Amino acid sequence: MDFAFMQEAFLTLLSGVPLTLNLTFVSVAFGAVLALLLALMRMSGIKLLDWPAQAYVFVFRGTPLLVQIFLIYYGLGQFRPTLQELGLWVFFREPYWCAIAALTLNTAAYTSEIFRGGLQSVPYNQVEAAKACGMSGFLLFRRITFPITVRQALPAYGSELILMVKATSLASVITMMEVTGLAAKLISQTFRAIEVFVVAGLIYLILNFIITRIIMAIEWWLSPHLRRPPAVEPRLEAAHV
Amino acid sequence: MQELSYFELIGFGPNGWGWALLTAAGMTIAVAFCGFLIGSVIGTLVAWAKIGGNLVIRGIADGYTTVLRGIPDLLVIYLFYFGGSAALGAIGSLFGAEGFIGVPAFATGAIAIGIVSGAYQAEVFRGAYQVVSRGEIEAARSVGMHRGLMFRRIIAPQVLRYAIPGLGNTWQLVLKESALISVTGLVELLRQSHIAAGSTRRPFDFYITAAILYLIITWASTYLFQRAESHSMRGMRRAA
Repeated sequence: MDFAFMQEAFLTLLSGVPLTLNLTFVSVAFGAVLALLLALMRMSGIKLLDWPAQAYVFVFRGTPLLVQIFLIYYGLGQFRPTLQELGLWVFFREPYWCAIAALTLNTAAYTSEIFRGGLQSVPYNQVEAAKACGMSGFLLFRRITFPITVRQALPAYGSELILMVKATSLASVITMMEVTGLAAKLISQTFRAIEVFVVAGLIYLILNFIITRIIMAIEWWLSPHLRRPPAVEPRLEAAHV
Repeated sequence: MQELSYFELIGFGPNGWGWALLTAAGMTIAVAFCGFLIGSVIGTLVAWAKIGGNLVIRGIADGYTTVLRGIPDLLVIYLFYFGGSAALGAIGSLFGAEGFIGVPAFATGAIAIGIVSGAYQAEVFRGAYQVVSRGEIEAARSVGMHRGLMFRRIIAPQVLRYAIPGLGNTWQLVLKESALISVTGLVELLRQSHIAAGSTRRPFDFYITAAILYLIITWASTYLFQRAESHSMRGMRRAA
């Protein structure tokens, strides 16, 4: 192993990190909104809303992400005149927006199931208690349902975030130069697959480690009821009575 | 030239790509299946290392599952694709061969999938092993079974029973991961669709067909795994 080369490769690949994080967080943010909508559709109890959401989740979880990316990036080119008329071509011409679209649609399907699990875990007696206190509608959602859902869903949501960091690597197939894209380019230029692989793998591991830690910190912060109460200092005055 | 209809395009007629797509779908299943089997072997060994190994072996096994689950699969495929041919080239030059030696894409793909899915399967097997009742293992030992016999008669059947749901999930992952093998040039479903899309200039039609075929494969395998699960649980009593 050539450490001087690996150091150089590390710096080269590091320049792809902003794009990797950008793709991850933009698509996760859009995906979360769509996922919440899907989860609410599935829980609405109205078949006309439930079925499309179910079909959506089935389709996007049952097909490879790479097929979805190709379908959007190459496939939509077939409808170029129509899209140009609609003014949407400026988006679908750009590999960045195609990657964002595919990643968003994909993560929304997985995340909606996580949200649904979280929403279902809200104990019914808590909702009833809140109703008895006179809360309803948005106030009940904001104060009771949402916090419990978030707490329940957070561990699974953390793994979804890690999966998304890994999934952004597929954007390299449609010319996005994020960490994997740069790594592939570097390998084909230098033919030093193992060194580049070690460096790129290290970058992903560091990213995922940081994300895991942040999620763990939020989890800790959100569940004070599971922590032991802080030890109370014994009162000294008592001895002087 | 007259525009072909969608069904002429993907059909089995003279201008249809039907057979090509079906063959490619078979290739997808074949490479995923081989990768899955390799992963099962690796997963079993790694799970064994995690359960029964000493500190060093356990550390290596933990490192393997952490690393392989933390880095993108595409990167692993690149490693085997580029690294494999570099290694073969080095070995070849020892024996006097010159120039670039390509690794067969099928082998690259199956090995890469196997190495990645091995990390997932190791966790599945480890979890399933922990469900096997300690008493049964003690009973097996007390009737004098040696380790191999105990593994074959007591541990393996029960671990497999409890591992079926987890293995089903891993199989779905592997199936979707096999689409990434298309970057190495193996003519599986996605690659074939790419080729067809390029030569007919009808990309949407072919990618949507590929998506439908993937859906059929995943749907069928969900069904088969459910059947396997209910078959393997037929002797178990269930609460409520």
